[in-house]
Amino acid sequence: MDKKKLQIALYWGAACGGCDVAVLDTNEFILDVAAACDIRMWPIAADGKYKDIEAMADGELDLAIFNGAIRTSENEHIAKLLRKKSKTMVAFGSCAHLGGIPAMANQFNKEEIFEKAYLKNPSIQEGNAAVPTPHTRVEAGELEIPVFYKRVYKLDDIVDVDYYLPGCPPAPEQVKAVLKLIVSGGPLPAKGSVVGASDRALCDDCQRKKEEKMVKQFHRPWQILQDPERCLMEQGILCAGSATRSGCGVRCPNSNMPCRGCYGPLPGVVDQGAKILSAVSSIIDSKDPAEIEKILEGIQDITGYAYRFGMAASLLQRSVR
Amino acid sequence: MGFEPRIVGFLCNWCSYTGADLAGTSRIKYQPNVSVIRVMCSARIDPTFVLKALATGADGVIVCGCHPGDCHYSEGNYKTMRRFPLLKKMLKDFGVEEDRVRLEWVSASEGQRFSEVINEMTDKVRALGPSRIRISLDADKVER
Ligand code: SF4
Ligand code: SF4
Repeated sequence: MDKKKLQIALYWGAACGGCDVAVLDTNEFILDVAAACDIRMWPIAADGKYKDIEAMADGELDLAIFNGAIRTSENEHIAKLLRKKSKTMVAFGSCAHLGGIPAMANQFNKEEIFEKAYLKNPSIQEGNAAVPTPHTRVEAGELEIPVFYKRVYKLDDIVDVDYYLPGCPPAPEQVKAVLKLIVSGGPLPAKGSVVGASDRALCDDCQRKKEEKMVKQFHRPWQILQDPERCLMEQGILCAGSATRSGCGVRCPNSNMPCRGCYGPLPGVVDQGAKILSAVSSIIDSKDPAEIEKILEGIQDITGYAYRFGMAASLLQRSVR
Repeated sequence: MGFEPRIVGFLCNWCSYTGADLAGTSRIKYQPNVSVIRVMCSARIDPTFVLKALATGADGVIVCGCHPGDCHYSEGNYKTMRRFPLLKKMLKDFGVEEDRVRLEWVSASEGQRFSEVINEMTDKVRALGPSRIRISLDADKVER
């Protein structure tokens, strides 16, 4: 351990791996980071065992970058461990920030999830269905796997978080900017800040033409030939841009796909899904309840849409079924 | 003692709140379970308000606005008319029973109707029993 170097750890909880790839996507800049820092743990790219982290003194790490949500007892254990050992903790990416895609499972209870994944999944061979249990006795002894929790949590439900870097995944330029600041030892923003993002709505930065937003029909992106110049909402394609924090570089609308809301709510917004829901309903062109119902049939899954990334951070947080 | 539901009622200033006032001045009796919050227009009810009420312990939420065509701001209640069915769809996915959240049009002259709507709402929510939302959110904090 080089005492002059910044001591850092990167870790993934319930995540897809995309956040780690976003760090690697800073290309050769990552070599500067490696030169300026001791990377004490990074499961995807470097070594470092849990027991090494356990052996550290409290606060020995300058920085822990945690991506992924909290789905299992292992996720919780390491989140708490890293918190104890780190001076600064960053929730990196939508899952750590808001629950992300894994938290969409909060629409279902544990039994439903297990049934779908382990009992009724079409890829399961006859007679081979088994539900994971934390402890299993085999001849060689007892096997232990993490406990699958009843629901998914965001990182700050479990530990104190210093900064949030949003995005699914965060845009590499933003990752770079934030890492640069940390490595340079520059003055850090106030604790609890969302970093690597702007305070404007995505629509403010979107270059598509915005005119009159009223529609008689909603479409999924593949169902129509879109006008690449015009606002997607005006074409009946659900876009979360008005209820989403900008900062990604308008990645999706610029690629002819609607925003799904991964940069999270705007400053001061309590529940991003409620805002997305409001935005969608505001463009329905009808004053007749029956026709409104009919138009709404064009929306396949409003809950999955409004809370694609923010379920664990929403007011209701999970289904009560 | 049996379960007494706590219901939050968002009433628009111009029609429904005045309707509720009329019920009062006419001495029409109705069940006392609704805590009324006066808003300028039913369109002011951000879905956040409904979710927040449910998440902080309300067993039911009722929203009342002017009849279609009668909005003081001419179009506000149409916005509510579009927003509400979508909100109800979403609440269903969250496992919230249909009868816990309701939208009704009540005019300033409908004191009698206001009392009937509130009684019906209260009876339905009472029959559903306590909402599990607040309870399960609290439980999640200790038991994973
Ligand atoms: S709704 Fe989407 S497409 Fe339309 S302006 Fe906003 S971000 Fe752009
Ligand atoms: S456009 Fe929306 S969904 Fe796409 S990266 Fe940006 S914030 Fe995320």
